[in-house]
Amino acid sequence: MLFTIQVNNKKIKAEKGETILSALNRNGIIIPTLCRMKEFTPTGACRMCVVEVEGNDRLVTACSQPVEEWMKIKTHSPRVIQARKTIVELLLSNHPDDCLYCDKNLKCELQRLSEELNIRERRIRGRKTKPRLDQSSPAIVRELSKCILCGRCIRVCEEVITATSLDFINKGKETHVGAAMDRDFNFSSCVHCGQCVLVCPTGALHEKHNITEVQEYLHKQDIIKVIQYSPMVTAGIAEELGMRYNREFDRILNAVLRKIGFDKVFTTGTGTDICITEIANQLSAKIESGSDGSLYISACPAWVKYAEQYNPSLIPQLSTVKSPQQITGVLIKTLVAGQLNAKPEEIFSVSATPCIAMKFEARRDGMMRKGISDVDSVLTVRELARLIRLHGIDLTNIEHEPADEPLDGRSSSAVLAEVSGGLAEGVLRSFYYMKLKKEADKQLFKKLHSGGSFREVTIAVGDLEIKTAVVDGLTGLEKLKASVAAGKNYDLVEVMTCPDGCVHGAGLPFTASRDEIKSRSKLVYQADETEAVNLPCKSSALINLYEKYLKENNEISDKKIFYTHFEKRNVLL
Amino acid sequence: MSTDLDIILKKYKQGKREDLIPLLQEVQEVMGYLTEDAIVKVGGFLGLSTTKIYGLATFYDRFRFIPAGKIRIKVCNGTTCYLNGSQSIISKLKEEIGVVPGQTTRDGIFSYEVVACMGGCINGPVINVNGEYITHVKVEQLPELIKRLKYVIEND
Amino acid sequence: MMEDLKAFLIDKVLLFESDTLSPETEKILQQVRREKTDKPVIYISSGTSSVIAGSEKTYSTVESYIKENIPSAELVRVGCTGPTNFNPLVCIQIPGKNKLFFRNITEEKVEPLLNGVFHNDISEDDLVGQTGTRGFELWSGIPFMDELPFFSGQKRIVLGNCGCYDPENIEEYIARGGYRAYIKAIRHYTFDEVCTIIEKSGLRGRSGGGFLTGLKWKNALNTSSNARYLICNAKESDPGAFTDRTILESDPHRLIEGIAIASYAIGASNAIVFIRAGAGHTRNRLQKAIDQAKDYGLFGHNIFSSGYNLDIVIRKESGAFVCGEETALINTLAGKRGMPQLKPPYPTTSGLFGKPTVINNVETLMNVPLIMQNGPEWFRSMGTPNSPGTKVFAVAGKGRMSGVVEVEMGTTIRTILEDIADGIRDGKEFKAVQLGGASGSFITRENLDIQIDFDILKEMEIGMGAGGFVIIDENTCMVDLVRYYMEYIRKESCGKCIPCREGTGRMLEILESVIRKPLNEESGTTLERFKGVMQLETIASVMKDTSLCGLGQTAPNPFISALKNFRDEFEEHIFDRKCRANVCRGLRSFSIDVDKCTGCTACSAKCPVNAIYGTRLQPFFIVEEKCIGCGVCFDICKFSAINVK
Repeated sequence: MLFTIQVNNKKIKAEKGETILSALNRNGIIIPTLCRMKEFTPTGACRMCVVEVEGNDRLVTACSQPVEEWMKIKTHSPRVIQARKTIVELLLSNHPDDCLYCDKNLKCELQRLSEELNIRERRIRGRKTKPRLDQSSPAIVRELSKCILCGRCIRVCEEVITATSLDFINKGKETHVGAAMDRDFNFSSCVHCGQCVLVCPTGALHEKHNITEVQEYLHKQDIIKVIQYSPMVTAGIAEELGMRYNREFDRILNAVLRKIGFDKVFTTGTGTDICITEIANQLSAKIESGSDGSLYISACPAWVKYAEQYNPSLIPQLSTVKSPQQITGVLIKTLVAGQLNAKPEEIFSVSATPCIAMKFEARRDGMMRKGISDVDSVLTVRELARLIRLHGIDLTNIEHEPADEPLDGRSSSAVLAEVSGGLAEGVLRSFYYMKLKKEADKQLFKKLHSGGSFREVTIAVGDLEIKTAVVDGLTGLEKLKASVAAGKNYDLVEVMTCPDGCVHGAGLPFTASRDEIKSRSKLVYQADETEAVNLPCKSSALINLYEKYLKENNEISDKKIFYTHFEKRNVLL
Repeated sequence: MSTDLDIILKKYKQGKREDLIPLLQEVQEVMGYLTEDAIVKVGGFLGLSTTKIYGLATFYDRFRFIPAGKIRIKVCNGTTCYLNGSQSIISKLKEEIGVVPGQTTRDGIFSYEVVACMGGCINGPVINVNGEYITHVKVEQLPELIKRLKYVIEND
Repeated sequence: MMEDLKAFLIDKVLLFESDTLSPETEKILQQVRREKTDKPVIYISSGTSSVIAGSEKTYSTVESYIKENIPSAELVRVGCTGPTNFNPLVCIQIPGKNKLFFRNITEEKVEPLLNGVFHNDISEDDLVGQTGTRGFELWSGIPFMDELPFFSGQKRIVLGNCGCYDPENIEEYIARGGYRAYIKAIRHYTFDEVCTIIEKSGLRGRSGGGFLTGLKWKNALNTSSNARYLICNAKESDPGAFTDRTILESDPHRLIEGIAIASYAIGASNAIVFIRAGAGHTRNRLQKAIDQAKDYGLFGHNIFSSGYNLDIVIRKESGAFVCGEETALINTLAGKRGMPQLKPPYPTTSGLFGKPTVINNVETLMNVPLIMQNGPEWFRSMGTPNSPGTKVFAVAGKGRMSGVVEVEMGTTIRTILEDIADGIRDGKEFKAVQLGGASGSFITRENLDIQIDFDILKEMEIGMGAGGFVIIDENTCMVDLVRYYMEYIRKESCGKCIPCREGTGRMLEILESVIRKPLNEESGTTLERFKGVMQLETIASVMKDTSLCGLGQTAPNPFISALKNFRDEFEEHIFDRKCRANVCRGLRSFSIDVDKCTGCTACSAKCPVNAIYGTRLQPFFIVEEKCIGCGVCFDICKFSAINVK
């Protein structure tokens, strides 16, 4: 039901039941917000969106107040502007004056507000909160002095990830965001997914930086510098550098990376294909043996940590196949090293990912071989973009180059793995081909990609029925548990921590809207639709690897390097 | 220690978040303070993360994470007692005992806290020592009082 | 006799259909109320204020005395009757004669007092007065209690039972007409009818908001739901407020009845009393009263065949002042951090566990049984048209008399200050009255004739608050007092919203800089202090305008009110660096009177900053620039040779 309200002396249309903010935004009136997150209910913590409503003594928050027919609203009266300005000044009075050195410089929401509200002097001074730097986690750094206590990270960790590893501690001016028993982050139940980093408005939460390390190595003459990147990274770099993504961007990126100083550029896609193939093999073995229980895909390192903490009983059911990044990494240190006549320790292997948890994964116990990590350093898309900018390369004026062999090709299943449901589809496609020697109709797998945090589909492969479940975001785990408790037995389960899959990874450019994430998913589906090679087993790189290189190389022919192990974790849950 | 906790937990139903505060209050009453073990166990019982419980417990002034002293002193800082000089009582206690409100001395003997109006306004400043009220407290009385209390505890 | 009495009370009193009881019943009740007694009775006040004053020791001394000397006498603990400065208050009832009240009877005064009274030799020393009961003999020459200015200015309705009966004895409460209104309501009225009665009476919430109680109940009742909750907010951690605690200790049964009727009115089957943490004595008393009420069948299933179910629990709070705010309280009960939430939705629509919840203050609920008993018109006959009824205040501070008092709405502040509290003690000058605790405002000499009324006070931008009434004299520094309140609020702020969390901290820092002595005096710092105070005004107005909950919104009130009424004191602190009340240590400076100083060196040895110099046995002097105004020298000098400047 529409009615009219008066805003700034003009009449606009509003809908019954909507908030003032929603009505304003729809009519092109923008007011600042700070603690608000689009898909979450408002908390009213920041008070930035206050407006003046005639008849109310006090200013009212637009994000939560429902519109009413008689309302006369002023969004930018002197009283409102003074209130917003003072609120930001109060925040700034307790904020380090560190912008130039801060990770979020130029991207910080507090900076933007300060500029918008024209704050030009330090009017309010006083004691600042004691700084605390928590660098214990391999993936995420917490700088508490920059925290404005908006509560976004806490809500995301609780409502989206369900790990609940953060909460407010103490009250009043001593409030700060902390983990269990206020200890360092690595003692807590944090799964390192980094979704909190994505929503943090200031530089209080950011990924652990590996740029400096990478730069150091890039200057070393006696080290072979190698980099791998996953399909999503290309789209992410294009976004971050403000360029239009196209199919040729891969080849542009290859050239750029070589210009920066990498000796070899590989695609993680090859590793994804291997991952898919091996999981399909495991699935086949499981079905043939007729064993109960499900095969859980473990390519998502945050999910693996979650399972090790909360559901250690599931560990036997986790697929021991390593993740694409790690498979590519281990091949670099064995196969490629051999081809280059180099020792593994002479190779510095970097991986660019859309994910933050991969930084944690690279350090895992099961991801080492003879004391040497499969992957030495992990860079997020944002970090890689920084590195590219640092080297001043003009991307519009560069030749296109291919990646290096033998890890240079991939099927479209590798791209599909970047969305939720994609990796399961890749595995099922391979399995289908394995059993029936023909490619499956893609329509068969459509249901794996429709909405909701929990999807279950039964795929008919010949006379076999593969019961598949997809958990899209850890909130779906409850539904999975309920389903399993009710007696359903799944053959294959894919769990992704970030809702929508890796397209929503925390290493990708900051975006406030779900729409941008949906457009990334669209790119993925497009690639899968248009590319010629859809199955891993049809990819020339994979064929080469399996038929030639693995067979030639005794050390790795048993494919044990592609497998890892898991362990129960002792953290404060 | 854990059996004490088990006895308490038996009285409650699992998974009911609204029981969290009464449960923690009981744990503190019986065990004297909230240990990390207790918090983790309560979390498991109620299905809440340790972080959430710790965050909740630190919000409320009454929950302790270290044991209280054998002598617990409460100083009233209500308006009338303030006007009658409770601030100097608090400063003197800080000087004599050596810790700030909320902390316990290293020998475990003393701890004190500042509380809101106890209702003895006309007899202020008022302090409460292990349940006994002392009224019209003067700063000069405190060193002797502390000495006496310490003596009693040490020779018990 | 106990079991029979219980059955009798249930049958012949609680369930008795007619409004007037039978003469035979009345006779027995008179006995229970101790109106017709042939034994002496001694009543001792036993609330926390009395305990602090030593009433428990008095009780044991009286107990041993009467065991030895008057074994037939009865000893009863009652709640707080009157002024706290009279505690421990002892009331003696000799058969056939009016009750006599004696004040400040600490344990050593027991024997001489009782010796005197029971040998007809009543000493005038601690005698306060007598209360008249029809049919009893008057004492000649002894004033009546209700003639005393402390009582004559009051209208004790809510506090009507306080001090009159043993609060741990439900029989006495029933004998005074208790619980009849409740039984009548659940058996003969619909939920809506009860709400309407309260609405008609015009009862407004007594916690400071002043919202029409009946309307609030109707909002909850009319929100469809399968469960509703009634919460009684008995938390009261405002510095300087002790009304709720006094009521809980003196008349818990009426509160329980009020809670029960309110629960019925909104259709709730669960009532929760949210009580303060530290007060073990209060909580035990309330729990005992609840247990007794349960034992009488006043709670449970199908109460007295009315079809109504009600259960009641006590929940202890854990030390957070902000939990007095409705949504914060609900969060605490739900097992979360006690942080306030956005409103709407209001608790009456979606409160505890998402169900309609009504939160009422103790005083509001105390009025409910009386309104049900005497009718809404009776309630309206007191007070003012827009604020009918009475208001309870906790008078404290520098008045001669202090305690929990109750006045009709429309009474002036002057009446409470001058008549009830009997002016300022120790011959000091009156400065201000502070209403409303940490969120309250000051009332100065010019405004003493303001009437106590929700709307009048709101118009003057003075909050009624929950009932704090602190009397301030010339020896209080307004700047320091404002700093004290701001320190309390800053400690208790929940930290959720920016204006309150950061604003209270900054306001406190600025206020501290005004009262503290800086390390060196430059003109720059004076300007900064002045600028600081200007900023205080901005921050205060933004806090008022934009804070999420009542705590933040009212936090700047003491400052704003003090600045308005005592601006010159602020300016003296900033520019003249002087504190006229000699409270702010940082602004004091001391000097030595050379005529009186003997050169004993006691002060110079104690000075924490070595600001006192001199040679032994010669007059010493204090270096003014070094002096930090702590006053240690002043305290220690045996010759009164040190003067405060």
